[in-house]
Formats: sequence, C-alpha cells, structure tokens
Amino acid sequence: MTKLDAKIPGGPIESKWERHRFDLKLVNPANKRKFNAIVVGTGLAGGSAAASLAELGYNVKAFCFQDTPRRAHSIAAQGGINAAKNYQNDGDSVWRLFYDTVKGGDFRAREANVHRLAELSVNIIDQCVAAGVPFAREYGGLLANRSFGGAQVSRTFYARGQTGQQLLLGCYSAMCRQIGTGKIKMFPRREMLDLVMVDGRARGIVVRNLISGEIERHTGDAVVLCTGGYGNVFFLSTNAMGCNVTAAWRCYKRGAYFANPCFTQIHPTCIPVHGTYQSKLTLMSESLRNDGRVWVPKNPGDKRAPGEIPESDRDYYLERRYPSFGNLVPRDVASRAAKAVCDEGRGVGDTGLAVYLDFADAIARDGRATIERKYGNLFAMYEKITDEDPYRQPMRIFPAVHYTMGGLWVDYNLMSNIDGLFVLGEANFSDHGANRLGASALMQGLADGYFVIPYTIGGYLAGTPLSPVSEDDAPFMDSARQVTERTQRLLSIKGHRTVDDFHRELGSILWDYCGMSRNNDGLAKAREMIRDLRAQYWQNVLVPGRGDDLNQSLERAGRVADFLEFAELMVEDALARQESCGGHFNEKFQTAEHEAMRDDENFCHVAAWEHTGDGSAPQRHTEPLAFEHVHLTQRSYK
Amino acid sequence: MATIDLTLKIWRQNSPRDKGRFETLAARGISTDMSFLEMLDVVNEQLTLDGREPICFDHDCREGICGMCGAVINGRPHGPQRGTTLCQLHMRHFADGDTLAIEPFRARAFKVVKDLVVDRSALDKVMVAGGYIAANTGSAPEANATPIAAATAELAMDAAACIGCGACVAACPNASAMLFVGAKVSHLGLLPQGRPEAARRVLAMVREADRQGFGNCTNVTECEVECPKEISIANIARMNREFLKAAIASRER
Repeated sequence: MTKLDAKIPGGPIESKWERHRFDLKLVNPANKRKFNAIVVGTGLAGGSAAASLAELGYNVKAFCFQDTPRRAHSIAAQGGINAAKNYQNDGDSVWRLFYDTVKGGDFRAREANVHRLAELSVNIIDQCVAAGVPFAREYGGLLANRSFGGAQVSRTFYARGQTGQQLLLGCYSAMCRQIGTGKIKMFPRREMLDLVMVDGRARGIVVRNLISGEIERHTGDAVVLCTGGYGNVFFLSTNAMGCNVTAAWRCYKRGAYFANPCFTQIHPTCIPVHGTYQSKLTLMSESLRNDGRVWVPKNPGDKRAPGEIPESDRDYYLERRYPSFGNLVPRDVASRAAKAVCDEGRGVGDTGLAVYLDFADAIARDGRATIERKYGNLFAMYEKITDEDPYRQPMRIFPAVHYTMGGLWVDYNLMSNIDGLFVLGEANFSDHGANRLGASALMQGLADGYFVIPYTIGGYLAGTPLSPVSEDDAPFMDSARQVTERTQRLLSIKGHRTVDDFHRELGSILWDYCGMSRNNDGLAKAREMIRDLRAQYWQNVLVPGRGDDLNQSLERAGRVADFLEFAELMVEDALARQESCGGHFNEKFQTAEHEAMRDDENFCHVAAWEHTGDGSAPQRHTEPLAFEHVHLTQRSYK
Repeated sequence: MATIDLTLKIWRQNSPRDKGRFETLAARGISTDMSFLEMLDVVNEQLTLDGREPICFDHDCREGICGMCGAVINGRPHGPQRGTTLCQLHMRHFADGDTLAIEPFRARAFKVVKDLVVDRSALDKVMVAGGYIAANTGSAPEANATPIAAATAELAMDAAACIGCGACVAACPNASAMLFVGAKVSHLGLLPQGRPEAARRVLAMVREADRQGFGNCTNVTECEVECPKEISIANIARMNREFLKAAIASRER
C-alpha cells in the first residue's frame, strides 16, 4: 500500500493557492499555440475548461457524445450555485463556505482543495454574470440568493429552476466564440473509448464516431477528462440516459487510480419510482426545501389522503429531529431519515416508499404567485409526470441516486497519477468528501474549468519535455485495434437478453446492497452477484445492428459492460471502508441515534484503487487526510 | 394502472441517402403513466428480442431541459401537449386504439441521420456566428457592479429558456429558425453586458441562419405554439428591431 502524494502546497491555507499559482511555471503566450489540449465532455467543467484554455491560446479539441456541447447533463441542474459573496450580510465568508463544505462532506475531502473552491466561488459569479447568465435579481437590480441544505446562510445564486442550463449556456456560448476563432475544434457525437499513453504520459484518446461507427485516434499534449459521474450504474438515477463511467473506467484500466467509488449521493427529493418500465428518475430541486415541509403520518398504516390528516397526526420528522437545520439538513441525512420513516411503515403513496413535501404553509404565507415565480417550472414538471397538482396537494418524494462524490484520484493540480491526464468536475473525487452539499456541484465544475486548469495545465506543459507523437504511432494503433475488437465482440455474442435488461438487474443489485444503507453480508453477496451477472453478460447479451453506423444499442452495450466491471470496485470499496461517513452508511457503524459513525483512527483517508489486470484483485492505496482547520467532530445538525 | 394499445406509423430511414418509409408497429399494453420515450423503449426492447433493429431516436436528460429529444407526432413537433418536450409527454394524453404517425423534425437545414435522428448542427453554426458575449475568463467585473432591473432580467430569462431543440424550425412552413435566433438575440441584447456586441451579433446570426438554409419568418407563429418552452414571438419582433437598427444605424455590416 503506497501513500499518495497530493502535492498540496505548504504555508497557511488562505494563501496556498495564491502562492502555488506564482510557483507554477508559465507557458509564454507565443508558445501556448504550440500545445494541443484534448477536453472530453462539455458540461460545466469541460465547457469552461475548453473555452478558457482556448482564450489563453492553446489549441483545444473538445469531444462530447451528444449532438451538440450544449446538451451535457450539467444542463439539468436546477436549484443553484453557491458562492461566498455574503451579499445577504448574514455572516457568510470564504471560511464559512469552506467549513460548511468540509463538514458537509463528513470530513473525507481534502481541506486545501475545498478552501481553494470556496475562494474561487466569488469569481465564478462575476464571470457568469459577465457572460450573460440571467441570475435572479431583487427589484433594485442586485443579485438574489436562496438557501440550500447544510448551510445556515443564503449563498445560493439561481436562475429560476434552470440554473444549470443557464450556466452551461454561458460556457457553451464562450465555446462557440472560440470555435469561431478556430481555437476549439469541436467533435460532437464521439464517445471516448480509450486513453492512449506514450512513454507513461497521457497523449491522446481513441473515440468512436457515433454516426459513422469509425474508430478515430486523436493526439494531444494533455488530456482533460470532464466526463461526469457514474450514478447510472444504478440504472435508475437522476442522471441523463447517456451518463456513463466508460471514459473514466478506460483511464482506470490504463493505470489511473479510482478514488472512493463507494461515495454515492442519494438525493432526498425525487419523484418516486412508479413502474418497471421506468427509464429514469426525476429530481425535484433541493431549493424546494426552502419553502416545502417534509412530513409523514405519525401512525404506521395511516392511509388517509394528506388533506384529511390533521396537524396532530403529522410528523414533520426533519424539523423534529434537527431543529436548527430543519428541512435543510444535508442530503445524506435527509435521505436516511426518509428511508427510516418508510421502514417504520409510515411511507405514503401506493408503494409506501414516499414522503410528503408540502407547500401549503408557504402558499398561505407568501401567496401562490410567489411560489410560482420561485419554483413554477419544477411544479409544472411534477404535474406532467405524476398528473397531480402540487399547488393543491403535497408532492410525494423519495430518495434517488443523484451524484457521485468518488471519481478518478487527482492531486492539488487536478492531475491524476498519470502524467498529463487531468480530471475535472464530478469525474474527479477531491472536493465533496463523502457527501456533497446542494448547489456545490456547479460551483466545483466551474471552479475547476474556469480557474484551476488554466493555471495547472501550464505548469505541467512548461515543465515537461514532450516528444512529438502521431496518431499512427504504435500505442494509438494498438488501442484502436483493441477498441474495435471489443466492439465486434459485443456485436457477435447475439444472446437472448437485451442490454437494458442486464442494466436493470445490475441496478437493483446495487440499490439493494450498496445503496442508502449497506452491510457487510449484503456487500459480499452483491460482489458475487455482480461477477455472475458480468459472466452472463458476455455470453448472453443481445446487441442488434452493426458497428459501422448509428447504433444506440451498441453504445449502451459498451457502457453497461464497463458498469458491470465498475460496480464490483464500488462494492469492494464499500467493503473495505469499515466505517460510516456521509453517503456511505454501513449499518454496523452508527450512533445510538442512527447517524453515521466515522472511524477517524483507521479511515481518515482517501482510498484510491489501482487496476492490476483483469481477473486480479485491485490494489488499495491511501492518501491520509489531515484536518488542521476544521476539527474532526461528529457532524450535528440538531 | 391503466394500459392502452396503439398503432405506430413510424418513420424508418437507414441513412441520409436512404429514401425512408413509414413502418407500422403495434405498441401493446402501454401504461398511461409512461412517457412517450418510455413507450418507444418498450417497443424497442421487443424489436430487439424479435431480431429487428430498434428505432433510433435522440434523447438524453428526459427532464425536458437538454433539448436533445424531439419528433413530430401526428403532425406536431413534440406532440399535442402545449409547452411539453417529447420526453415529458405522457401516454395518459392518448386513448386506447389511437394511431400515431411519428416522424423526424423535417427542414432543409436538418438532414435525417437515421430514423428519427436529425442533424441539427446548423443551429450550432448560427451560435458560433455570434451567439455569445465576449468575456474572457478572469476579466469580469464584480457581479453586483451593474444592477439589472428584475423585470429586465426576467425578460432575458424568458428568452434564455430556449433549449435549442429545433421544434420551431420543424413547425414553421418556411423552416425558419427565427424563434431560436430571436431568443438568443433577445437574451443577450436585453442585458447591459450584451449591448456592446448587439449590432454585430444580430447581423451575423441572421446572416448565418440564411446561409444554413433556414427560411425567413412570415409571421405564421406556429413556432410559438409548438415551442416546448413557450418562447414568445415577441423575441422575433425584438430581433427585427435590433436588426433594423444595426443595419441602418450601426457601423457593423
């Protein structure tokens, strides 16, 4: 077991980033145009990185699997983006955002990274406003804020319930400008299927052109991976249908370490599952918990309609259990609390797997118009899906897989253990520990892309001798051959079960044994079940069509093949971490009040897994975490 | 849970060069709680098991925000519900025994790639021509330095809600993209930070839309009816004013 070096700069935490930026080597403006950067993924991290690097003068090749970069899944983020502007004069500061994020992550994030994130948060808002993001404003014209979970200040900036969309359009339009200047060459409808290494460094990627089926080879001086999270391993999640782990997993198989894969976030407020045909779950933004009150009947089996249940028979369990944070406790806490009341038989709806999110008090207090202005699009979406009017009856919600805190291991420069492979946004692991606070994903994606990578990539390129490479070199040809063989193999099995059928089964294994609550027996069982399912997959999957044109079944088949490998690592990581923290809740480790109980003596570290070959056990490395500024305590939101 | 049986007359086309044809398929036992795309998933699972090629269709978020999905259902882009993308259209709006004609978005600028999948990259090219505010990373002033009246910000947000799906183009008899262009010109032009480039932006985007083969606007207003985000045609009027001002009074050409 090696100890990983995160290359955290020395000195006081408040000035680490400033000093590090000075220490990083610079590439002079005339030389920047000699370097080529590959950016994979065009969400908030990838879009902001591609645009910012191109503005600096680097040649950027950007890739996405959608038909245009504007569709990346960041677009679906609803509620908002945090920033320590303290516009509300309510006691916010960079330090408080740093503190809340470290604590919210249950002390499994890296302090130095989180502090940098909090510092950069204020620049992000400035940048977005300059780019034309129409944030909500007060009547006087100044920016408005709302509150999110895990914080007692209002620091969340928002654009109705479409914040992610507006931020992404900001990045996308900045990309468009650079596509126009020729500094970004855009490759849509491409899926990254391999990382190419030359002399131990990341020097390119192999992608499949999803329209022509052609396997393409692309060279670069650095590869910036911004490919999002792996929530879709659960089949049902709030992720877009195309979200997948393939790009990150291919890097893992080339030697990049995968950190904390068992840290997954189950979001408390989603529309409950309602049928076996269901393809995805829909989030109802956490911002709704500003005004909505969560409750269930006091008595198990109370089947009365919500309007017929008097106040005295209702249990506003979050307000009861956590009086100081109330409905705005962090997501992991809120999700477990919802599961607990459903386990007690107090869940509502047909399945008993739902709780109420009720706006009656807010509508009575502020009027329907105000609620409509704040959440109108969310209420409309809820009505479209459920055919129920949330202005008249409470929403029914249940936790669902939403975000993944784990990801490829990176150092302070956001570079993986492979030289030249940078990982940004949800695809890396560094800032959210074991639980991400609401409205922090957008903040991290943009901090990484706008303000971190432009500096750290220069430091790498200026300080690294890079020999010229060609896409016809052996490593590129070998990789393309392997990718082609794998694609052909998937097509040639011609079994009896569809890709989705396998994926759904994998998802239910993980949800049952590696979801909101885990135990050692269940995890061990899941590991066997996943291995069996994977073996069956390669014998019995049915992938129709050909490899040389648009074949959406083939795209999914490759992604699910990787999910089937990745799922085992996730379970392995959950088994190895014999404690509970944030989103990872092992039933063996809980307080008397059923809160997650950490083991700081043995597990105050990042677990980073190394691939040691197919069929051989992955090796677990650790990066110890030091908490010098936020004292390790049992989290309390009471 | 109610279920319905449907007959689908669905467009099948192997490649841009292929002529294409309607194929009739049965969709049986469809739950009325399904979304339209989930209905297509069910049909595709059966096609796959029957040894046939499933129907290709674009989709991603399935929350009505990414703009990737879209098809013409019985002559209407995104189907019969106002303000609804195809992924948010639920089967409870159809009756047992209905026949649904399902076709791709059709326009000169959108070539069919396969089945219901079309190439909408022409919209990106219009954006590349000028759909941005030039603000290099790092050069932004403090965010609250320029107050923007809430009403103005709301108008900009109304326009910015466009998801770039292309339904407006598919709905328009001229296959015009003016609602798309007008929304972007309005979103950026209403904000003070977007004013310096306003004249150049509108001229460049309109010119590029012409070049991409989108038609002109003749006030048919079908686009507004079919837009899943209910973008107002007032944005086209605003764009026209902006265009006239730019063409006559600005130094841009």
